Amino acid sequence: MRDQDQIERVAAATQPLPVETDVSAPEVPAAIHERVLSTRQLAWRRFKRHKLAIGSLSILILLGLLTLFIPLISQYNFSQLNLFRRLLGPGSAHWLGTDNLGRDEFTRVMYGGRISLLVGLSVAISAGVIGGIVGGIAGYYGGWLDNALMRVTDLFLAIPFLVVLLIGARFLDKFLPGSSLVHTILILSLFFWMPDARIVRGVFLSLKEKEFVEAARASGAKDSRIIFYHMLPNAMGPIIVNATLGVAAAILTESALSFLGFGVQPPTPTWGNLLNDARGFIKVAPGLTWFPGLAILLAVLCVNFLGDGLRDALDPHQKLGSKE
Amino acid sequence: MYRYIIRRLIFAIPILLISSVLVFAVVRSTFDPLGGAAINPRVSKADIIRVKHELGLDKSPVQQYWTWLTKFLRGNWGSSLLSDRPVYPDIQSALVNTIVLGGIATAFSLLVGVGIGVYSALRQYSWFDHFSTSVAFLGLSMPNFWFALLLQIFFGVYLTKWLHLTSPIFYTAGLSQPGSSGFNLIDRARHLVLPMLVLSVQIIAVYSRYMRASMLEVLHSDYLRTARAKGLKESRVIVRHAMRNALIPLTTQVAIDVGAIAGGLIITEAIFEYPGMGRYFVDALFRGDYQQILPWMMVAVFFVIIFNLAADILYAVLDPRIRYA
Repeated sequence: MRDQDQIERVAAATQPLPVETDVSAPEVPAAIHERVLSTRQLAWRRFKRHKLAIGSLSILILLGLLTLFIPLISQYNFSQLNLFRRLLGPGSAHWLGTDNLGRDEFTRVMYGGRISLLVGLSVAISAGVIGGIVGGIAGYYGGWLDNALMRVTDLFLAIPFLVVLLIGARFLDKFLPGSSLVHTILILSLFFWMPDARIVRGVFLSLKEKEFVEAARASGAKDSRIIFYHMLPNAMGPIIVNATLGVAAAILTESALSFLGFGVQPPTPTWGNLLNDARGFIKVAPGLTWFPGLAILLAVLCVNFLGDGLRDALDPHQKLGSKE
Repeated sequence: MYRYIIRRLIFAIPILLISSVLVFAVVRSTFDPLGGAAINPRVSKADIIRVKHELGLDKSPVQQYWTWLTKFLRGNWGSSLLSDRPVYPDIQSALVNTIVLGGIATAFSLLVGVGIGVYSALRQYSWFDHFSTSVAFLGLSMPNFWFALLLQIFFGVYLTKWLHLTSPIFYTAGLSQPGSSGFNLIDRARHLVLPMLVLSVQIIAVYSRYMRASMLEVLHSDYLRTARAKGLKESRVIVRHAMRNALIPLTTQVAIDVGAIAGGLIITEAIFEYPGMGRYFVDALFRGDYQQILPWMMVAVFFVIIFNLAADILYAVLDPRIRYA
């Protein structure tokens, strides 16, 4: 294992950085050449070794497909009432039973998953973009701009998070037309970009001093070209890792907001508001409480494991607490 | 050192003022106290104008802010729009309840989290380390409101049924038994256990990971080797030399987390109907009562700012390597 790492590290060291490939292709003896792997191949190899991450990825893909194709799988609709079949337990007709209005719980959990996963993904992506821009500008230009942007970031990190989300949801409802789903995504993105900004800033600060950036600048490249073609690709590892963990946090927060009744509004089901609906029937139909909660737990756990695996693969230096 | 602390304290004043402007602007533009009345056909235009005048809402925003701030600083926090109850005593008792709950949960989590973190670091890659890592992952991924619901089912319904009890071992709602008068420690504790557990799950997960990481870092440092080479007992090396240094980053983290308690226990308090700050806020939010929300926000923001400041100062005091220029 240790030797394997060693070989890979040697291979990685002999491999020129991706941005430099066209600049200089050093002559490498054929014997070494066979073992040289691209950064991407190396990352994939490290990722494959992380069994939990692979398993989690498969579960997530399966879950995603299920939620996507639920209209084909289930014969029920998420809002189809049947008052003669209320609060049934799990069975062959209704796999996870029915809720207090006789709606099929399995269908509702899957539709809810569609919304929850959508919220998680969109929030992580838009937060990554906002954070990337803020952190990139701060790290690249430095000076007073860096100072100002980082103070704003600190401010956003300091305010009680859920409070602002709750008030922000009210604020958007009042001033912006649109569905509660769009509002929830918007408001969450506004409060999820700070870790991304800090990470990108850190990476940019160190990259700025590297020779290849200096070389690019010396050859007359514009700031935008240096940022997007030379620095950003090298910062992608930490950004992807952090975005993945952001998906988990966003799913949890969305479900908490919807559970309190301030997030995505019924009739659109999400895991959070399904749990809110279930509160009145804890004694008669405990399944209604179990299944959406287990779905959240499973999804978030898998995303977290995936993020852990991605960190090992893309960002090996960042591994928390693993000293060698 | 003292100059550093004094400068940081003075610097906190403009930050507090800026936050008060932000809080006022956001809350006042979000909540329209007469929005319901304006669309109610039974309320006459003249009445609306009269009430607006009484509340001072017909003045300019800057004037409104100034009147509110000066009153607020003098201790006149106003009263609820709907019930006309003065806000101050309610927020005060809510704050005390929240601090009790949050304080106990933090102390408990610290004890457990630090213990787990130190032990996993000392026995890195042992079965205990792997086990605690998995449990931490589980704790971080668990939606805490769902965990709260499960605890309520278990203690409120099943356990009571199995053990043939007349009342649950740990109550699932409220602060004390309805109808009871005076302070009863045992009764209070039976109400506190479940919300405390719910809060602790995530905090323990975070603190144990944190402690493990910083402990591992310290364990590989040179001064620890020196301490061992001096012939100190292993227990003394671990406790006095390693743990004390490893606790520094955690201390500042805890200070910041404690500051967030005042406005941060919303979900747990809502589920357990615990009469603290979080529940006060959610109730006020549902009613859209800006008179209650404004002072509430100020208290929450005040705590965050003060404890962030405390974290900075603590860090400088504990770690002489930090330059406080």
